[in-house]
Amino acid sequence: MAAIEIGGLHKSFGSLEVLRGIDLTVETGEVVCVIGPSGSGKSTLLRCVNFLEEPTRGSIRVAGVEVTDPDCDIDAVRRGIGMVFQQFNLFGHLTVRENVTIAQRRVLRRSRAEADRIAGVNLDRVGLADKAASYPAQLSGGQQQRVAIARALAMDPQLMLFDEPTSALDPELVGEVLAVMRGLVADGMTMLVVTHEMAFAREVASRVVFMDGGLIVEQGPPAEVFGKPREERTRAFLHRVLEPTRVSESEIGAHLTD
Amino acid sequence: MKLSPRRRRRVFRVAGYVIFVLVIVAVLAAADWGRLSDAFFRSDVAGSMFPEAITIALRNTIIYTLLAFVFGLTLGLILALMRLSTILPYRWFATAYIELFRGLPALLVLFMIGYGVPLAFPDREIPGGVYGSVTVGLGLTAAAYMAETIRAGIQAVPKGQLEAARTLGMSHPRAMVSIVLPQAFRIVIPPLTNEIILLTKDTSLVYVLGVTSSTIELTKFAGDTLNSRVNPTPLVVAGLLYLVITLPLSQLVRGLERRAARER
Repeated sequence: MAAIEIGGLHKSFGSLEVLRGIDLTVETGEVVCVIGPSGSGKSTLLRCVNFLEEPTRGSIRVAGVEVTDPDCDIDAVRRGIGMVFQQFNLFGHLTVRENVTIAQRRVLRRSRAEADRIAGVNLDRVGLADKAASYPAQLSGGQQQRVAIARALAMDPQLMLFDEPTSALDPELVGEVLAVMRGLVADGMTMLVVTHEMAFAREVASRVVFMDGGLIVEQGPPAEVFGKPREERTRAFLHRVLEPTRVSESEIGAHLTD
Repeated sequence: MKLSPRRRRRVFRVAGYVIFVLVIVAVLAAADWGRLSDAFFRSDVAGSMFPEAITIALRNTIIYTLLAFVFGLTLGLILALMRLSTILPYRWFATAYIELFRGLPALLVLFMIGYGVPLAFPDREIPGGVYGSVTVGLGLTAAAYMAETIRAGIQAVPKGQLEAARTLGMSHPRAMVSIVLPQAFRIVIPPLTNEIILLTKDTSLVYVLGVTSSTIELTKFAGDTLNSRVNPTPLVVAGLLYLVITLPLSQLVRGLERRAARER
């Protein structure tokens, strides 16, 4: 059974059609990186998977459960899906340890001792065991994002969603977050990652999906998508992202999203 | 003669100070201090008010304030959640309530509680006697203001906080209780403390419910003493005692706001 099966997914915000028919399957153990220009619908696609956005049309199955079914227990489905946000979204009124234990205690009903133990294991995994008593505001962006990853992992998810996890970070802090994510890949975690880190996608992805204008334009192994893209739009996007200093003046104005 | 810009700024500033001092000195000089001190600062009248001014009047003022605040805060939280509810009639009700009670004078609401409730429910009365009536009478108005404050506080918590909580499998009510409301209350503590200061002063309206010698509060107590001694010194005493409550609260608000500014 596939980890995620998306069929004919449409999503509109008012008159703005953000997703225009997405079909995508993610197998268990796969690492799928979604790339594409801003406004192409990548984040919306990700947020539909755990129903933070309600699809306008189409079906989404997560581990075989149809999340668009009105009778679906969405809280139960979300327990199996970890999500990491661009803006970290750590709970500011709680310490790092409490951030990682609160859902374990309130949702999974684990005892305090058990939750603390699991929090310790996961904070250790992201290299922040010594920050358990700190508050999020006392941490750097990279540290906050690693806590957010530990918080998601503490729920024992079968699937992790990453929504541009390094886009809000200072450049020198990107590496530590990517290192933690590479560790997850090595452990066999199923991951759907929206990212602008092309080097990361090229290195760890089992598959790269290029989106533009609410559609999947092209997908395949990273070597193919980055090495010899079939579509002109993919080539143009990669040229702009990978060689920004070589974009000529004549190319400006021809916006990819239009 | 043309002044340099720097000279001109200095002249204007000095003029500002001089005018300020002159006005204050003129007012102080014009007042008849002999008559003022005879009327407002009679130590024998002031002395006769104690200890009742503190053991009964000040105490009741504080009790009324706290009761009305707790009632208003509870009702205000419920109204704030109703205003943000997805259920349309809840939103209508909360909006109508807030508009109504913000628009009515607290005195009028107290009158309505005092006279209206016995008429509407002849066989029942608000439990707690005057204390109960004050709690409801002042609390109903306070709730309207606090509901708007709390709603703003909830909306000031970034949407990502609720999303992160829901993503971890928390239900909406659970996420509100564990994640959103604790942060919202942190944001609204300074404005809510202001609300206590306003309530403290509104307790001066309680006399319309008909208070006895044991349920009397500061303003009524001062008024009664003024009548019996034919001297307005009690007003000064009452005023000072109000400041005993409100000045530390103002200080507290300032401290809380400074702390909040630091944490941003």
